[in-house]
Amino acid sequence: MKVLVAVKRVIDYNVKVRVKPDNTGVDLANVKMAMNPFCEIAVEEAVRLKEKGIASEIVAVTIGPKVSQEQLRTALALGADRAIQVETDDEVQSLDAAKMLKAVVDKEEPNLVIMGKQSIDTDNNQTGQMLAQLAGMPQGTFASEVEVEGEKVKVTREIDGGLLTVSLNLPAVVTTDLRLNEPRYASLPNIMKAKKKPLETVSPADLGVEAAPRLKTLKVEEPQPRQPGIKVESVEELVDKLKNEAKVI
Amino acid sequence: MSTLVIADHNKGELAGSTLSVIAAAKAIGGDIDVLVAGKDIGAVAEQAAKADGVSKVLSADNDAYGHQLAENLSLLIAELGKNYSHVMSSAGSVGKDTMPRVAALLDVAQVSEIMSVQSEDTFQRPIYAGNAIATVQSTDSIKAITVRTTSFDPVAAEGGSASVESVDSAHDAGISEFVSEELAESDRPDLASADVVISGGRGMQSGENFKIIESVADLLGAAVGASRAAVDAGFVPNDMQVGQTGKIVAPNLYIAVGISGAIQHLAGMGDSKVIVAINKDEDAPIFQVADYGLVADLFEAVPQLEEELKKVV
Repeated sequence: MKVLVAVKRVIDYNVKVRVKPDNTGVDLANVKMAMNPFCEIAVEEAVRLKEKGIASEIVAVTIGPKVSQEQLRTALALGADRAIQVETDDEVQSLDAAKMLKAVVDKEEPNLVIMGKQSIDTDNNQTGQMLAQLAGMPQGTFASEVEVEGEKVKVTREIDGGLLTVSLNLPAVVTTDLRLNEPRYASLPNIMKAKKKPLETVSPADLGVEAAPRLKTLKVEEPQPRQPGIKVESVEELVDKLKNEAKVI
Repeated sequence: MSTLVIADHNKGELAGSTLSVIAAAKAIGGDIDVLVAGKDIGAVAEQAAKADGVSKVLSADNDAYGHQLAENLSLLIAELGKNYSHVMSSAGSVGKDTMPRVAALLDVAQVSEIMSVQSEDTFQRPIYAGNAIATVQSTDSIKAITVRTTSFDPVAAEGGSASVESVDSAHDAGISEFVSEELAESDRPDLASADVVISGGRGMQSGENFKIIESVADLLGAAVGASRAAVDAGFVPNDMQVGQTGKIVAPNLYIAVGISGAIQHLAGMGDSKVIVAINKDEDAPIFQVADYGLVADLFEAVPQLEEELKKVV
């Protein structure tokens, strides 16, 4: 089966986020960028399906500016066979991203689409579900276990209070949660080999989609800082403060 | 202007999160209808009808909605939702799963996890794991929204007298089915709604050691949580994780034990009213957000805390 993996270039999760002084957004100038951690898990899951002999081809796709080819090369180094970049410098919001991915799905006809449950920049948690709806596919969101069984895929999902397992008709969309797997690192030989793997570039117009943001960001601010607290010297003092000062016990 | 609120429910009870979503809908203004979809949900619909501020409850009692499968629910919500200016759910696992499909069906953007209502079309929401707060304006005619319920005080559960109407449409997309469910059994309150939460981090060293936290939790009627580090280390299951990628909590009292205070954890508990940190590393970032910090070895301090609490609670 063919697996399509969508990946996104985001700020590296170790970088401290700084809001721009003019409150128009987050400062991304000269900041280390990387593949979104949930997308790394998606790539890893696809590679494992290939290693098990279930997946025959892995196609990685991203939407973004030219530099986001770096993340596609990472996906290729990790085991994807080829890559597609939807190149655009415009802001692409979830619904438009889903429409572009839907166009890629129509062309590639994958049996399974794997993507991160959310990106750590906008934290929307939307694109996978929107793609599934637009493509008429079922979805296994927040997956902690994925098992392909013939024409179906069984997905164990992390839900409030526990786990829920669903069986989905293929083709389907799976979005990854943290415990699905632990992504590997790309080896140097594989990084070298990835440079020669095919990478195709298309424009949103080629896909028949025009990015039309529906949400306007009016302002981005630092969160309200908490009032500074105090250090207590002993457990007795702590319990006394909680009872008599904070009155929470 | 009118809002359709999608009710959360489990085991035949209306979930408290729904009351917070109704509060967010009240902040927007206009009529508020509540959709209860599921199987054998008559009692839930009755409870929703009593909630403060509700005009009408729509009850969709059908096998197709029994396990809250997003493929089926979204078709129902989109069909009903096109008659409203706002469609809202909590940002719980059902809302997160379903609402983007609804937005796609209606061809509108979704505003995820709003934490405040500025006006009928403008909302604040956290981005970058809560390290920044964005004010966003929706230009769509229908606003699809999920609500960070800890940011809105719930409306009163009693006092309302809305009518209950049953909805007959049964949407079964026929592309997904429920297999099984494994819910953590616990006598303790639910993490997301508990008044007191006590969480352990990597400093706990093992899952076994969480027992000392559990004893304190039982004294305080608290829920037990964990940092991502404790989950990743395999001490405790993922559903105990408090943080941006886990549960978002905002109890009256949050006690962080052996937790350093990584950004991703702070994003999940920073709205707590009173924060206590117990950690032997005095430079741990958790102390920067703690109202009361105790620099101590947790294996001495937590049992002492249990003894001291026994005297006062």
